[in-house]
Amino acid sequence: MADYEKHAYDVVVIGAGGSGLRAAIAAHEAGARTAVICKSLLGKAHTVMAEGGIAAAMGNLYPDDNWQVHFRDTMRGGKLLNHWRMAELHAKEAPERVWELEQWGALFDRTPDGLISQRDFGGHRYARLAHVGDRTGLEMIRTLQQRTVSLGIDVYMECTVTDLLKDGDRVAGVFAYWRESGRFIVFETPTVILATGGIGKSWKVTSNSWEYTGDGHALALRAGATLVNMEFVQFHPTGMVWPPSVRGLLVTESVRGDGGVLRNSQGRRFMYDYIPDFFKAETSDSEAEGDRWYTDKVNNRRPAELLPRDEVARAINNEIKEGRGSPHGGVFLDIASRRSPEYIKKRLPSMYHQFMELAEVDITKEPMEIGPTCHYVMGGVEVDPDSAASIVTGLYAAGEVAGGMHGSNRLGGNSLSDLLVFGRRAGMHAAEFASGLSSARPQIAAADVEAAAAAALEPFEREGGENAYSIHQSLQQVMQDLVGIIRREPEMQEALATINDLRAKTAHLSVEGHRQYNPGWHLALDLRNMLLVSESVARAALERKESRGGHTRDDYPMTDNDYWGKRNVIVEADRDDHVRVRQQPLPVPPPELAALLEEQH
Amino acid sequence: MAYDLKLRIWRGDASGGELVDYSVPVDEGEVVLDAVHHVQAMASGDLAVRWNCKAGKCGSCSAEVNGRPRLMCLARLSTFPPGEPITITPLRTFPVIRDLVTDVSFNYVKAAQVPAFTPSKDQPQAPFRMQQVDVERSQEFRKCIECFLCQNTCHVIRDHEDNKEAFAGPRSFIRYAELEMHPNDGLDRRRLVQEERGLGMCNITKCCTEVCPESIKITDNAIIPMKERVVDVKYDPVRFLSRRGRTKPG
Ligand SMILES: Cc1cc2nc3c(=O)[nH]c(=O)nc-3n(C[C@H](O)[C@H](O)[C@H](O)COP(=O)(O)OP(=O)(O)OC[C@H]3O[C@@H](n4cnc5c(N)ncnc54)[C@H](O)[C@@H]3O)c2cc1C
Ligand code: SF4
Ligand code: SF4
Ligand code: FES
Repeated sequence: MADYEKHAYDVVVIGAGGSGLRAAIAAHEAGARTAVICKSLLGKAHTVMAEGGIAAAMGNLYPDDNWQVHFRDTMRGGKLLNHWRMAELHAKEAPERVWELEQWGALFDRTPDGLISQRDFGGHRYARLAHVGDRTGLEMIRTLQQRTVSLGIDVYMECTVTDLLKDGDRVAGVFAYWRESGRFIVFETPTVILATGGIGKSWKVTSNSWEYTGDGHALALRAGATLVNMEFVQFHPTGMVWPPSVRGLLVTESVRGDGGVLRNSQGRRFMYDYIPDFFKAETSDSEAEGDRWYTDKVNNRRPAELLPRDEVARAINNEIKEGRGSPHGGVFLDIASRRSPEYIKKRLPSMYHQFMELAEVDITKEPMEIGPTCHYVMGGVEVDPDSAASIVTGLYAAGEVAGGMHGSNRLGGNSLSDLLVFGRRAGMHAAEFASGLSSARPQIAAADVEAAAAAALEPFEREGGENAYSIHQSLQQVMQDLVGIIRREPEMQEALATINDLRAKTAHLSVEGHRQYNPGWHLALDLRNMLLVSESVARAALERKESRGGHTRDDYPMTDNDYWGKRNVIVEADRDDHVRVRQQPLPVPPPELAALLEEQH
Repeated sequence: MAYDLKLRIWRGDASGGELVDYSVPVDEGEVVLDAVHHVQAMASGDLAVRWNCKAGKCGSCSAEVNGRPRLMCLARLSTFPPGEPITITPLRTFPVIRDLVTDVSFNYVKAAQVPAFTPSKDQPQAPFRMQQVDVERSQEFRKCIECFLCQNTCHVIRDHEDNKEAFAGPRSFIRYAELEMHPNDGLDRRRLVQEERGLGMCNITKCCTEVCPESIKITDNAIIPMKERVVDVKYDPVRFLSRRGRTKPG
C-alpha cells in the first residue's frame, strides 16, 4: 500500500503562473474550494520572466485602437489558423483584465495623462502593450500572487503532479509528490485546470526553464483529451548567442519595439529584404518610413523588424545560413546607435543588466549578438473557447498549455493577456461545473493511486541504467537539429526513430540517492512527458504538408490556403503514450468577423 | 577555453552535512549555477538546488558563494580567483532541507500577514489616474524578485533565531513601504509595521541593501522613510488625521 496524504477540493489548478493564479482567483471568488499546485516556489513560474508587456486594446495612446483591430492583428499574426472565437474573446476582454490587475495593486508605467502606458510590439498595429519597463511578467505574477495569498487560497508549492486520476470518463483527482520529501499526495476533485505552461525544455537552445517539460500537455493526452496546433512552435528571433552558457536566453522584442534594428555582418538592415506579400500593405518599404513610424503611426507603416516573429526568425536563420552572420553565429541587434543611453536604460533596464552581467556587453554602446531561440508553443489542449473545457469531463486548460488561440504564430504580448482572459474563464466555469454536481461526485479508485505511486517510484528500482541527464541532452539535440525552425520529412522520421530509442532507454534508466529533494529523480519523471510531447510535435509537423507561421517545411515551402488553411491537426494518445494524429476542419468565423480580416489600411 | 574547476559544495540535510569536493569541466562565460549543473549531470545526479530562469529574474538560486550571499546564476566564474576552489553553502538563516535547498517558508508567512492593497476612496475603481513620478517610488520596490538574500543577511534574524517571530525583515519592509507610497492606496499600515512587524528592531546597518541583486535601496529608500513616517503617526495625530483624506505625502 502506498503511503500518501489526501485532500479534497472543488477545483484543483495545476500551475501557478499567470493563468493558474488567475483561474484560482476566479474559482475562489465563485465560491469553490480551490487549490493551486506548482513545481517551484510561489512566484517563480515562467510568467515571472515575461518582459515586454500585456497586449490589450485600451487605446490609451491611440484612441483608434479597439478590440476589432486587436482581433484582426491576432488572427493575421496567426496566419488565420487561430480559433476565431478565442481571438474574439481575448481581444474583447483583455482591457478589463489589465485594469483588474491595477485594481489589485499593479503599478504599470504611465502615459503623460496618468493612464497605463502602452508600447509597440511586432504585428500589433498600435502601441498596445501595458508594461513595467521590461519586467512586466514580474509585476503580473506578483500582483496575482499577492491577491491569491490575501484571499487565503491554498497553495501547494514544490509539489509535482505526475498523474490525473479518472472515474470512468470523468476527472476524479490528481496524483502528485512533494519535491521536498518525495512523499505522495492525492487530491480528490471533480475539476482540474491545467495551467502548466509550455514545452521548450525539449530543445537545446531555448528561453525556457527546467519547468517547461510539457507536463500538462502529456497529462491531458493520457487522460483522453486532444491537442491542437502542436506543429507550431515559436522560435523567438532574438535570443542571446554568446557566451555559450547563456545561449537561448531571451532578448525582449521591446528592443525592436523601442527602436532597435537587425543588421547582418555587412551592416545591412536585412529585414527589408524579407517582407512577405501577406504583410506588404502594412509594412514600410523603406528604412526612412520605418523610422518615422515610431513617432507618427498614422502616416507611416511599421518597420520591417516588427514583422511577426516567425518571419523575423526565418530571415535571421537565412542570413546566418548564407554566411552573413555575426562572429558567434547570430546577427546583430543594434539599439546603441539609434537611441540615447538614458532612454535605453530607462526602457530596457533588465536587458541592460542582463548583457552587462552575463556577456560583458554594454548595449548602450555596442550591438548585441542574437539568434533564434525556442520560446513558446502555440499548440496545446483543444478547448471550448468560452469555458476552456477540454473534451474530458472536468478537465480544463488555460494559458500556454491550451491551444487554438494563437493559430500558427503568437504575437508578442498576446500570451500574458491570454493567461488572464482564459485563466479567469477556466476558473469560473470549473467552479460552476463543480457546484452543479450533486452528491454523485467522481470517486478515485485505490488501484489507480497504487499504479501512479508504482510508476513514480520505478526509477529507484533499477541500477546501472543510463542517467536522466544524458537522455535529456540527447532529446534536446535531436529536437534542435531535426524538428527546429526548418523541417524536412526524412529528418523528422529520423527524429521519431530516435525518440523511440530514447523512450526505451528511459524505461531502463536509474537514479541515485533517495526520494528527498532529488533533481535526478524529478527529471527522470519529467522525461516521460518530454518524450510524449516531442513525438506529438514531430508527428503533427509531418502531417502538415505546407509552411505557415511557426512551422516551416523545406519540402513544402508554400502556404496552402485552400487545403491546409482550412484544417487543424489534432493529436491524441492512449495511456501507454501511443500517439495518433488526424485532421479536423478549422472553425469558420461568422461573416462580420471574417470581414474584419479582409480590411486593409 | 574549457578548464577544470574545483568546487566545494555543502551536502547534507537537517540532521547535518559536510563540504564535498568536486572537479568539473567548465566553459567560457559560465556562472556558478552552470558549474552546479555540471556536477548534477556528471558526478551527483541527486544534488539538490533551486533555479528557474538562469537570468537573475526569478530569485530562486540564492546561496552563499565563498561566504557571500548571492544569486548563483549571476556569479560569473571569471570573477573568482583562478585556481582556487569555489565554496557553495546554503543560505544560513533558513533551515536546510537538503544540500543547497533551504526552507524559506518564513518569508511566505510574513508576506501573508501584509494587509492587501486597498484602493483609496478618491479612486475606488480602476482604471486609475496616477502620474509616472508618483508610481516610481513604489515601482522600485516592486522590482524585488524575492530571492530573500536580504532576509538571509540581516543580522537581526541571521544571528538571533528567536527574533524571527517579531521581525518581518527587509523584504517585508519594502512591501510595506511600497503600499505606503502607492499613490492610490487607502490603508495606513504604519503602526502595524512598527509595532507588530519589528521595523523598530532594524538598526540601519544597510547589509540588506548591499546584497540586493536588484540594487533596491532598501535602507535609504524604504526603511528610513518608513521610520520617519512612523514617527509622524506616533507624535502628530492631528496631521495624521487630516492627511489621509488627501493623496499621500512624499
Ligand atoms: C523569457 C520570456 C519572456 C516572455 N515575455 C513575454 C511578454 O513580454 N509578453 C507575453 O505576452 N508573453 C511573454 N512570454 C510568454 C509568457 O511569459 C508565457 O507564455 C506565459 O507566462 C505562460 O504562463 P502560464 O500561466 O501558461 O504558465 P507558467 O507561468 O509557465 O506557469 C506554469 C506553472 O505550472 C506549474 N507546473 C508545470 N508542470 C507542473 C506539474 N507537473 N505539477 C505541478 N505544477 C506544474 C509550474 O510550476 C508553474 O507554476 C515570455 C516568455 C519567456 C520565456
Ligand atoms: S538595515 Fe535593517 S533590515 Fe537591513 S540588514 Fe540592517 S538591520 Fe537588517
Ligand atoms: S529586496 Fe532585493 S535582496 Fe531582498 S528579496 Fe527582494 S530582490 Fe532579494
Ligand atoms: S535562476 Fe532565476 S535568479 Fe537565478
